[in-house]
Amino acid sequence: MPADVDALVLSNDRLSEAYNVVGLAAPSIAAAAQPGQFVMVREDRPGAPLLRRPFSIFEILRDDQGRPTGISLLNKRVGVVTGALYAREPGGRLQCLGPLGRPFSVGTPPAEAWMVAGGVGLAPFATLAEALREQRTPATLYYGGRSASDLFHVDWFERRDIRVVLATEDGSRGEAGLITGPLERHLALLPAAAPLMIHACGPTGMMRAVAQLAQASGRATEVSLEPVMGCGLGGCYSCVVPVRSGPATPSQLVRSCLQGPVFPGHQVAWNELAPAV
Amino acid sequence: MSSINLTVNLGQLQLKNPLVAASGCFGYGTEYSDVVDLSTLGAIAVKGLFLQERPGHVPPRIVETPSGMLNAIGLQGIGVRRFIDERLPALRKHRAVVIVNICGTTVDEYAELARILSDAPGVAALELNISCPNIKEGGITFGCDLRGAHDVVSAVRRATSLPVIPKLTPNVTDVASFARAAEEAGADAVSLVNTFLAMAIDVETRRPRLSNVFGGLSGPAIRPIAVRMVYECRQAVRIPIMGMGGIMTAEDVVEFLVAGADAVQVGTANFVDPFVWPKLLDGLTGYLERHGHGAVRDIVGTVAVPGAAQRISS
Ligand SMILES: Cc1cc2nc3c(=O)[nH]c(=O)nc-3n(C[C@H](O)[C@H](O)[C@H](O)COP(=O)(O)O)c2cc1C
Repeated sequence: MPADVDALVLSNDRLSEAYNVVGLAAPSIAAAAQPGQFVMVREDRPGAPLLRRPFSIFEILRDDQGRPTGISLLNKRVGVVTGALYAREPGGRLQCLGPLGRPFSVGTPPAEAWMVAGGVGLAPFATLAEALREQRTPATLYYGGRSASDLFHVDWFERRDIRVVLATEDGSRGEAGLITGPLERHLALLPAAAPLMIHACGPTGMMRAVAQLAQASGRATEVSLEPVMGCGLGGCYSCVVPVRSGPATPSQLVRSCLQGPVFPGHQVAWNELAPAV
Repeated sequence: MSSINLTVNLGQLQLKNPLVAASGCFGYGTEYSDVVDLSTLGAIAVKGLFLQERPGHVPPRIVETPSGMLNAIGLQGIGVRRFIDERLPALRKHRAVVIVNICGTTVDEYAELARILSDAPGVAALELNISCPNIKEGGITFGCDLRGAHDVVSAVRRATSLPVIPKLTPNVTDVASFARAAEEAGADAVSLVNTFLAMAIDVETRRPRLSNVFGGLSGPAIRPIAVRMVYECRQAVRIPIMGMGGIMTAEDVVEFLVAGADAVQVGTANFVDPFVWPKLLDGLTGYLERHGHGAVRDIVGTVAVPGAAQRISS
């Protein structure tokens, strides 16, 4: 059952001109959150945008005893609400409804988990990385961006024993090119019998490429889609995405707030999926 | 518990309070059973239903605009039979009062829907959506034509003994004449307003922001127009009115009641704050106490307009 928390802003870590991480006091959301779930956020001030915007839960914040106290959001400033999240100083408040949506599956050994992130698509993978570590599931993060200044928290993942593979389009960090480059090579090297789940979040084109690469090598994927959302609770039918239950069945528009945001990659009708706005 | 009488009568339909979830903004109701006790609402107008399942429009389906939003969902829906089989039992279990919002492309389809729903246990009333701006066929074509509106309402009236509540569109010159047509055709009540036909453009790409090009405007932006239209209808008809358009707070609820609505519907506010319902009910009760009223109906239509009836029409 989701809670609506008038959350105190605990911290605002501005990572660059565009990216920041906001820490929010929200114990009830933190305690219930599962990897890949999201919250619907709005500012409660006159003149603020009316509708909430979806954000993946980035980290679960904990006190000294390890009890969940809040969540953080990885934010990229692009519009009004993301601009407000970027500007909000500690001591301010943000209204946070959640946790919402279907989470990632958390694989157990001997399976491996590969997480493929593009830009701000890193957001759902911190909680997944922690859950995988708890299961002792070997995990790799494939993380791509336009340039080195788009990549954050790499050491955060490394400290949690996640193998990290980086790629930037301009070659300023990691391999030059798209993150699907190393992913494809590593897929080819992996013994067919080794169980693997690939999780992807990022630009639609990247997720589509990951899903297709994986399918070509017989691997399962989960993708976290990020369509425009109105309510997050299944009330408005605006966040629909085309999915198929079988390869030959026609696609159906289903609500990503309820049936997603995490979907099996092979079920998404990528040709019909409008690019995220 | 306060002793204030919150019940309202909409013709044959009595509601425990005047707060109704607006169609299309509350799913089929069951989606919200985790966040709201559905039995505490006056009623739930479920998402618009056709005879058949409908896929709806291609996204993007919504866009935020100043103090409001445009939607062009395109009435995606599971069709009336699946609704009866899959959703109605759960709604009954939650003891929700269910108003089914129906939509057809012909008069016969509306009548057929009414007949099917009359036999389904747990339907309290029918709201005739003759006002959806987002679909080409049917719907609004009845709502923008006095003859068409009359024909749909009387056909449904003949097909069912359930309360019949046509939902009026604001996209007409004189909404009161449609309320009158509905009353003459035997409607038990009218609800208004549906959304205002609108458009938003991304000036960088010079493309419409909605795939459907047009969408319906809802939210606080439309409230003053909706209040005016409820007031006009109150002057024109004797049947009860369910008023809506941009209600966000208890104060807004009172504004519609005072303008002449017997009950109100709340749509877009669910997206902003799904926990809004107890706040609205507490606020309404507080208002009535503060003003010394023992019942909701005491304030309906009580707006004091100097020299009423002789409104300036310049
Ligand atoms: C996303 C959305 C979907 C809607 N779907 C329907 C519908 O299926 N049937 C209907 O009669 N009205 C529909 N409406 C209109 C609302 O019920 C209501 O008349 C309108 O939004 C004005 O109220 P509000 O400002 O409180 O939202 C819809 C509105 C929205 C925002």
